[in-house]
Amino acid sequence: MKRICLTVIGLFLLLFHGFSQTANADTATYKPRKLSFDEANLVSSYYTQNGNHSAIRGGIGDEHVTDLANGIELKFVGWDAKQRKNSLTAGLGIDYHTAASQAWISKTGASRRTDGLRIYPSLDWTRENEKKGSSISAGVYYSNEFNYQSVGLNAGVTQKTKTNGEFGLKLSAYLDQVKLILPSEFEPAGAYTIGRNGDERHPNYGSSGRQTYTASFSFSQIINTRLQGSLLLDLVDQQGYLGLPFHRVFFTDGADSIEKLPSHRFKLPLGLRLNYFLGDNIILRGYYRYYTDSWGLHSHTASLETTIKLTPFFSLTPFYRYYTQTAANYFAPYEAHLTTDPYYSSNYALAAFNSHFFGGGIRLAPPKGIFDSHLKMLEIRYGHYTQTTDLVSDVVSLNLQFK
Amino acid sequence: MKNRMIFVVGVALFPAILLPACAPVKEYQKNRLNDSEMSLTNRKVEKNELNFQSYREGSSGANGGKTGGGCGCN
Repeated sequence: MKRICLTVIGLFLLLFHGFSQTANADTATYKPRKLSFDEANLVSSYYTQNGNHSAIRGGIGDEHVTDLANGIELKFVGWDAKQRKNSLTAGLGIDYHTAASQAWISKTGASRRTDGLRIYPSLDWTRENEKKGSSISAGVYYSNEFNYQSVGLNAGVTQKTKTNGEFGLKLSAYLDQVKLILPSEFEPAGAYTIGRNGDERHPNYGSSGRQTYTASFSFSQIINTRLQGSLLLDLVDQQGYLGLPFHRVFFTDGADSIEKLPSHRFKLPLGLRLNYFLGDNIILRGYYRYYTDSWGLHSHTASLETTIKLTPFFSLTPFYRYYTQTAANYFAPYEAHLTTDPYYSSNYALAAFNSHFFGGGIRLAPPKGIFDSHLKMLEIRYGHYTQTTDLVSDVVSLNLQFK
Repeated sequence: MKNRMIFVVGVALFPAILLPACAPVKEYQKNRLNDSEMSLTNRKVEKNELNFQSYREGSSGANGGKTGGGCGCN
């Protein structure tokens, strides 16, 4: 009897305990959140190169270049009343370069301007709908340097599939103006005056337009718990003035002219990425691209980067990239073009060559930030590049991420 | 030219071969796939590497970077 009483009391207490679990009214109703600061990224790079196939001198001469590039990106994130995530990214880039070959825009190598500054702000907006697995985006871009101005517009959509895949489409347009800076021997008489300091003053260079329209298709897919990949296809249509007016070409008879290229180019690059998580500490990032265009240039690019996680927050990333291309139909080296050729260029970016690019990086991203600060991630990367045209370059980059 | 077309079509159809090999992956199984180093985009620190390559080489695109235009390169 005592056992029955204790059981009844126990059941009663259990029931009483059960009532005590009555849910309170849900006070955690959804509230939209205004755009607020999410993260900032600073990316700085220093690039230096040496070579002896300057396009300004028709495929010969010093190609020494240095470039210091600095960019900042500020990202703001918010949620609207329909629980859609809105991201706004404002960017500003400033590049300062020097190029030894610019002195040779003057036939005697006396051009004083051997450096330049490029400034390029951008603004991108993305709206993600997690319920539907879709997003839309739009962006504007502007770039200004002494001889080149560009306005860019883009818009895109993505849609996730039920099978861990995602389709993407992005349309972009660049509307550019190339300032017609001619080599000195081709400038019409009286095109410039000599200033007080001996500098050349050009009241009117004139300019020519260049338009680039791109449709970028992408499809990414999770293949298993360790492997995912994506396929990327761009359809690129370029029209307008596609050469540069200060690039010389020397013909077999010794006469020279300025580069002449078709006013239309269609490019078709097709890329494949595969990332694989090997074991617990190694990530393999593979990439392959096939490229072909209407100028007869074909190329293959293959790269492999290995991420070695020494700890969950500290990794090393050695990488190697191989690239090979055929020459464009309109390329010939110094004094190899015929004056009867319809198009001609001695720009070695259009020559046949192979290149190797290798190096490594260090990435540090502790969960509480570096030294418990707002600096959440630090990445340094160095690469050494060689081309079979004898061009050699080095690039070192730094990315700091603040939250 | 014919071989090139076969090659391009082959690469384009690669996902069709790969898709049937896909295993269903639940959200809780994505811890490795969600690692920031597994991202299928370029690292931000690579941005200027891609820029100089598009200046010094004849091809560009299909890497999430530049496809032409926007600067003095082709």
